[in-house]
Amino acid sequence: MSSVLFDVPGPKAKVRHAVMAVVGVAAVLGIVAFIGYRFYDSGQFEPRMWEWMQYETVQLELISRLGNTLSAFAVASVAALVLGAVLAAGRLSEHAFWRIPAGFLVEVFRAIPLLIMIFIFYFGLPTIDIKMSQFTAVVLGLTLYNGSVLAEVFRAGVASLPRGQAEAAYALGMRKTQVMTQVLLPQALRAMLPAIISQLVVLLKDTALGFIINYKELLDYTKYLGTQGQFGRPLVPMTIVTGAIYVALCLLLTWFAVWLEKRNRRSKKTVVKATEAELEQKAHAASAAG
Amino acid sequence: MSVLTNYSDLFLKAFGTTLQLFLFSAVGSLVLGTILAMLRVSPVPVLRAAGATYVTVLRNTPLTLVFFFFAFAYPLLKILELDPFKGAVVSLTVYTSAFICEVIRSGINTVPVGQAEASRALGLSFGQMLGNVVLPQALRTVVPPLASTMIALLKNTTIAAGFSVGDAGAIMYTFSEDGVNMLVGLGWVAFIFILLVLPLTAVQRGLERRWSVAR
Repeated sequence: MSSVLFDVPGPKAKVRHAVMAVVGVAAVLGIVAFIGYRFYDSGQFEPRMWEWMQYETVQLELISRLGNTLSAFAVASVAALVLGAVLAAGRLSEHAFWRIPAGFLVEVFRAIPLLIMIFIFYFGLPTIDIKMSQFTAVVLGLTLYNGSVLAEVFRAGVASLPRGQAEAAYALGMRKTQVMTQVLLPQALRAMLPAIISQLVVLLKDTALGFIINYKELLDYTKYLGTQGQFGRPLVPMTIVTGAIYVALCLLLTWFAVWLEKRNRRSKKTVVKATEAELEQKAHAASAAG
Repeated sequence: MSVLTNYSDLFLKAFGTTLQLFLFSAVGSLVLGTILAMLRVSPVPVLRAAGATYVTVLRNTPLTLVFFFFAFAYPLLKILELDPFKGAVVSLTVYTSAFICEVIRSGINTVPVGQAEASRALGLSFGQMLGNVVLPQALRTVVPPLASTMIALLKNTTIAAGFSVGDAGAIMYTFSEDGVNMLVGLGWVAFIFILLVLPLTAVQRGLERRWSVAR
């Protein structure tokens, strides 16, 4: 394997790599063994700790809590995509009347920590007699934050298109709206799909913030069941299971993004000449925000 | 305004804690993230796999869950005791380093292999190639996304409020005890965050524009 950092290894380097591999395996095994021993020593492997899995009520409640997490995700992601599109359109507008407020909203909602926003909706607004459920507060916060991030993603997508695309469309006599909706946006969406989906992964993960204001989601149940004495307080096993569920959901979304991108690449209709590495960077820049 | 002046001590102390959380976990995650990135680009498959597993798991786990683990589950394992503040620093470090690793790795990956091959063909040593050709380009692509990861870290420190750390996010709990107008109080917290984050975003945008490598 040759990379920017390493040439194809010669005989000496091969020996060195073999030594590093042995040391690496030993180190990894050592860490895993230590964690395993701590688990064993503190009794996390005892059958009593995992018994809760067999109860039907627990399973049903786990599913319904997962449903709560997913419904917050579903509502917020649709709303965030719409808000993102609206704000992006505002920022790209030629009229300062739209451009300046849209830019202001995007910058402000991106700068306020999501949890503070959720606190404002859930604890702050009742002082002026606007009461909302935990669900609404979480969804509203997720929508405003991710919507403004997505607005930037959409805008970057439109900006990454060659200028000739818009020029040709104007030359054909299209109006600004037509140029936007029929020529630029479809291509921009396609180019930015990986970034959009990784932002949705961020949104999915951030639904867990609902735990802090006691929205009845997955993590909330993890804490409830984890502290139940009748199951031997299985906090560690519950945390592992919940973590696995989140990781599985997010990986599913990511795989969906990769699949979509492969499908797009095969059709060879994309105009954007972004290299894979650049797209990856864009996606990470967006996802780092979570 | 009266809320801000009456509670100036609380605001100073809370935002001080926020900045401490930020500084400690920024240094920690830069170090751990760089180590992870070195693992991920190393020529040894085992190390690459170990780095990749860590990054995949942590990037797809909610930060709240990481906090949850270090606050509630980790103490049961009886490894090293952590007070809430240290637990928060560890959670933020462990989480953010996965993102930093990815930024550094993808920064190195944006340099085409051909450049290294050309340097070797010109007779540059490994050190010269790294110092004069690869790293300068990698750094320029890496710094802007690194800055946005740091901005995200600053905002993420608020989550510590849910796990008994007295940072800016926790100002609210004092207000609710004292019966202060929550909307005004939280409004000030949000406003101070805007003051902290917006200049950083502006600097980061500027760097991105100025440092983008023409290829």
